[in-house]
Amino acid sequence: MHTQSIAELAQGLRKGDYSSKELTQHYLQRIEQLDGNYNSFISVTAEQALQQAAQADLRLAKGDTPMLCGIPIAHKDIFCTQGTRTSCGSKMLDNFIPPYDATVIKHFQQAGSVSLGKTNMDEFAMGSSNESSFYGLVKNPWKMECVPGGSSGGPAAAVAAQLAPAATGTDTGGSIRQPAALCGLTGLKPTYGRVSRYGMIAFASSLDQGGPMGRSAQDAALLLNVMAGFDPQDSTCIDKPVPDYSLTLNDSIEGLRIGLPKEYFGEGLDSDIQKAVEQAIKVYETLGASIKEISLPHTELAIPAYYVIAPAEASANLSRFDGVRYGYRCDNPQDLNDLYSRSRAEGFGDEVKRRILIGAYALSAGYYDAYYKKAQCIRRLIKNDFISAFEQVDVIMGPTTPSPAFKLGEKSNDPVTMYLEDIYTISVNLAGLPGLSIPAGLTEGKPIGLQLIGNYFEEAKLLNIAHRYQQESDWHQQTPPAAHKQNSEV
Amino acid sequence: MEWETVIGLEVHVQLATQSKIFSGSSTRFGAAPNTQACAVDLAMPGTLPVLNEQALRYAIMFGLAIDADINQRSVFDRKNYFYPDLPKGYQTTQLDEPIVGPGLIEVQLDDGSCKQIRIHHAHLEEDAGKSLHEDFHGMSGIDLNRAGTPLIEIVSEPDMRTSEEAIAFAKKLHSIVTCLGISDGDMSQGSMRFDVNISVRPKGTEELGTRTETKNLNSFRFMERAIKLEVERQIDLIEDGGSIAQETRLYDSDKNISRSMRSKEEANDYRYFPCPDLLPISIDASYINELRENLPELPEAKKARFVSSYALSAYDANMLTADRATADYFEALSQACGDAKLAANWLMGELSASLNNHDINIEHCPISAKQLAELISRIKDNTISGKIAKQVFEAMWNGEGSADTIIEAKGLKQVSDSGAIEAMVEEVLSANQAMVDDYLGEEVEKKRKKKFNALVGRVMQASKGKANPSQVNQILQKKLDS
Amino acid sequence: MAVDRSDIEKIATLARIKLDENSIPEITSSICDILALVDKMQLVKTDDIEPMAHPLDAIQRLRCDKVTEEDQREAFQQIAPQTEDGLYLVPKVIE
Repeated sequence: MHTQSIAELAQGLRKGDYSSKELTQHYLQRIEQLDGNYNSFISVTAEQALQQAAQADLRLAKGDTPMLCGIPIAHKDIFCTQGTRTSCGSKMLDNFIPPYDATVIKHFQQAGSVSLGKTNMDEFAMGSSNESSFYGLVKNPWKMECVPGGSSGGPAAAVAAQLAPAATGTDTGGSIRQPAALCGLTGLKPTYGRVSRYGMIAFASSLDQGGPMGRSAQDAALLLNVMAGFDPQDSTCIDKPVPDYSLTLNDSIEGLRIGLPKEYFGEGLDSDIQKAVEQAIKVYETLGASIKEISLPHTELAIPAYYVIAPAEASANLSRFDGVRYGYRCDNPQDLNDLYSRSRAEGFGDEVKRRILIGAYALSAGYYDAYYKKAQCIRRLIKNDFISAFEQVDVIMGPTTPSPAFKLGEKSNDPVTMYLEDIYTISVNLAGLPGLSIPAGLTEGKPIGLQLIGNYFEEAKLLNIAHRYQQESDWHQQTPPAAHKQNSEV
Repeated sequence: MEWETVIGLEVHVQLATQSKIFSGSSTRFGAAPNTQACAVDLAMPGTLPVLNEQALRYAIMFGLAIDADINQRSVFDRKNYFYPDLPKGYQTTQLDEPIVGPGLIEVQLDDGSCKQIRIHHAHLEEDAGKSLHEDFHGMSGIDLNRAGTPLIEIVSEPDMRTSEEAIAFAKKLHSIVTCLGISDGDMSQGSMRFDVNISVRPKGTEELGTRTETKNLNSFRFMERAIKLEVERQIDLIEDGGSIAQETRLYDSDKNISRSMRSKEEANDYRYFPCPDLLPISIDASYINELRENLPELPEAKKARFVSSYALSAYDANMLTADRATADYFEALSQACGDAKLAANWLMGELSASLNNHDINIEHCPISAKQLAELISRIKDNTISGKIAKQVFEAMWNGEGSADTIIEAKGLKQVSDSGAIEAMVEEVLSANQAMVDDYLGEEVEKKRKKKFNALVGRVMQASKGKANPSQVNQILQKKLDS
Repeated sequence: MAVDRSDIEKIATLARIKLDENSIPEITSSICDILALVDKMQLVKTDDIEPMAHPLDAIQRLRCDKVTEEDQREAFQQIAPQTEDGLYLVPKVIE
C-alpha cells in the first residue's frame, strides 16, 4: 500500500481493496517499526488516527466523499493540533497542548483525512538540516549519514521512507523545497497568502507559508486542494478562488517559456546538480518549451536581506514565549526578569537564540535604517527582478539547492555556511512567489531537486509543468534503497 | 524667578466597540478574570490578528471631529517590550503612519477666553491587561480581559500652560468622544486615561525644559493635583540647584504623592517595526466623506443649539453639553416636562449634586429622565411646591417609587383649597397675635415685608409645607389688610 | 558593523535571554560572521526604493465588530504554568 500514490490509495479505498483503518494501521506499523532509524516523527497519534480512519470509513461507505477522505497524512509539528502536543521542535513547547486547531488542520479534518502524527523539524523552523530539533536530528532515508534538509526534515524523511503518503510542511526560506530536493520529493511553497497561517506557529510572518510535500506533483496538487483557501482569521490570507489543482495537471505545455536565471548557475553549484537540471530542461524542450536566459540581478543580496528580515520578525514573534501563559517555565524564578530570561534561555536552543539576538539587534535604535529598512528595500528590488523576469518568461527554473544532502554535523557549527544552503530558495519567499521542487536526478545515491518558480498564484501552472515532467521521467518514483529493503519486511 | 509651565497630554481613550481590536472577545467591563481573553488575546502560538472595522471607524470619526487629516494609508507597528500584562511581548500600535494626522481643539476657559490646542496625531492601538498586586504568595496575578481592547491615543502638542488649560482640554476631549459615541468616557472604569508631560521654564524663555511624564491619571481631579504637585516639585528642585531627570512618574492619588517608575527607566529600546501580521490600512475618500456627513452633533454645535432652541444661558449650555450622557438626559427631560429652564435647573442642581455625592455617572442614574420629568410636571401644575419636590426627589432617589406614588403615599399634595388655607391662616393669626401686632406697627417697608414673610412661614409650617404658597400670600395679605 | 561583548549583552537583556558567561564569546563571533554576510546589503544604493514589508500589495481586511469568542478560561489555563483564582501568576510586578 505504501508504494501507491494518493490517487491510487483513494481509488483503493473506494473500490474496497482496503479500508482506511487498514491503510492507517499499515502506516502506523511502518512508523513503529522503521522510524527508529529516521526519527521523523515527534508524536505519533495512533489512537486518534484509528478513530479518524473509522470515521472516514463510514463516510466512504456513504459515498460522495472528498478525495483525501481516509488518506493518512503526517503534519509538521508547527501546525497547532487541538489536544495533541505541538512542539515546533522546541523544548519551549514540549508541554504545549493547543486548545485549538490550525486552519490547515481543520481543512484536512473536513476532508476526512487521517492524521498519523506530528513530524520532526528544526526548532521553530530555523534551520536547513533538521539538526536543531529538541527531539533530535532526523536522518535522510537515502543516505543515513546525511541530513534530510530542513526545516521540514521530519515530513521529508517520513514521506521519503514511505511512513506517510504525504505530509504538510512550511517554508520560510526554503524549508519545504530544500528538504524535498534532498529527499527526492515534490514540495510546493505556495504564493504567500494562498494557505492560511492561522495556528501555524510563526517564524517570520511575512515569509512563512504552508504547503504540501509528496511523492509527485499529482499528490501535491491533491494536498494543496485541501490546504489552500481564504481564512477570515488570517489578515494576510488572500480571498481568491481556489482552482482544482488536479484538473490542469495534464494540460499541454507547448510554447511554455522557461527562464533560466544566470545567477542560479554560477559558482558554488555542484556540477552533477547542474547537469541534472540541464537534462531536465532538455526534457521540457522536447515537450515544446522554449528556453531563455534571464537575470535576477539581486539574487546575491537575498540571503543578506533574509537574515535581517526573518530574524527581526522572529525576534518579536517569539517574545510571546515568556513562561507565563503556556510552555516552558524555569524553576524558581527569582523575579520577573529572571522568569523571562531564564525560561527563554533554557527553553530555546542555540540557533533560535542566535536569530532572536540578530533580529533584536537589527531593529535596535541606531541600526534600524542600516539593517531592517535596507533589507526591506532590497526585498523590493528582488521582487522587481522577478516581475521583470515574468514579463519575458512563464516559469523560472534552476536548481533547488547548490549541493546534495550533506553529512550530519558537517555544517551545524557554522551558521553562515548553513544559511548559504538556501541561496536559490530564499528570494522566492522574499518576493512571496510560489516555488516547487521536483526530483530530477541522483548523485552518489542522493536526490537532486529541480526548482520551478511561478508567477503569483500560478500554483496550478507549476504543478502542471511538474506533472508533465513526471510523465516523462521516473525520478519521482525512485525510492531510497533502505525503503526497498524494508518494503519486503512491512 | 517666575516660572512658566508647559504641558502636553497623551490621552488613551477606550473605544466603545463590542469586541476587541484584533479578536472576537468581548470588551465588557467587570467580567471575571481572563474570561474575556481568547487565544488571540493570550498570544497563543500561531494565532493572528484581524482588525475590527468599528475601531477603525471610531478613530476616523474622532479625526473628523477635530478637523484633522485622515491618513488614507496607515500602518500598524509592533512596539517590543516584555511585561506580564502584554502577552505577545509587543504592543500593536501605530508609529510613523497613524490613522489621524494633525488637528486642532479649541477650549473655553473659566474666564470666557478661548485657547487653541494642537493635536500632533491620534493613533489606534491595543490596550494591555492588568497586573493585580494583591498578594498571591508574594506573586502578582495577571488578568488579560482588557488586553486587546481598542484604544485611540491622542497626542497633543505641548500647548498648555496651566493645569486649568490641561483640565479644560481633557474635559473637551471627553465631551467630544462621548458626543461622538465612540467611547463611554467612563473614567472610573479606565475608559479615558491621561499621561501628562510636564516641564517648566523661566517665564519669557522659549527653550523647553526637561519634561517628566506622569502616567495613567484617570480623573480630572487627580490630573489637576498631579500637575500641581509635579510643577511644584520641578520648580523646587531647580531652585534648589538640582536638575530634572527625564523620567516616567507614577501618581498615588491616595497619598497625593508621585514617584519615579524606575522599572520603566531601564534603557528601553522598543524596536518598532511594521507588524507583518497586519497589512496597511487603506481608506478611500468616499468612506471618509460618508462618515463626515453622518457625524453625530459635536459639542460646539450642541451648545449653540441648546442656547438657541432651549433658551439656555451659554454657561448652562456649556455644562449640559460636557458629555453626551448629560446632554441626552437633558434633552429627554426637557422634552418630557416641557420646561427647559426647570429641566436645566433640576439637572444641574439636585440631580448632579446627588450623582456627585454618590459618585455615580449619569448613565447609571437611579432616576430616569422620564421619572424626573413627572416630578417637574407636578411642580408646574401646582400639585406640589418646589420645596416639597426636593423631598419627593430624595424619596425617588431612594427607590421609593414614582413622583406621583410618593406624593400620594406621603400625602404631599399641595393644598389649594382656599377655604382650608383660610382656616389655617386664621389659626396662625390668632395663635401669633404678637407677630401680627408687630407687623402692623412696622413703618419701614422692608422690615414690614420681612415680618409678613415670617407669618407666611408659620402658615406653611402649619400646613407641613403643602399649602400653595401664592394662595397663602394672597389670603394672609387680605386678612392682615382688612 | 561588528558587535562586541557589550552589544551582545545589551541585546540579550532586551530580548530577555540569559546568556551563559562562557558562551558569550562564541555567540559574539557567530553574530559577527552573520552580520558580515548581511553587510553585503550596504553595497547597493536603495535611496529611491520604497521599503517593502509585505510580499503582496494587499490591504488590511476588516472584521465586523461582533463578539465571536466564548469563555475558554479553563481550557486555556490548563496548560498554564501557574494560575490562581483565574489569574496567571508571575513573580511580583514592581512598577
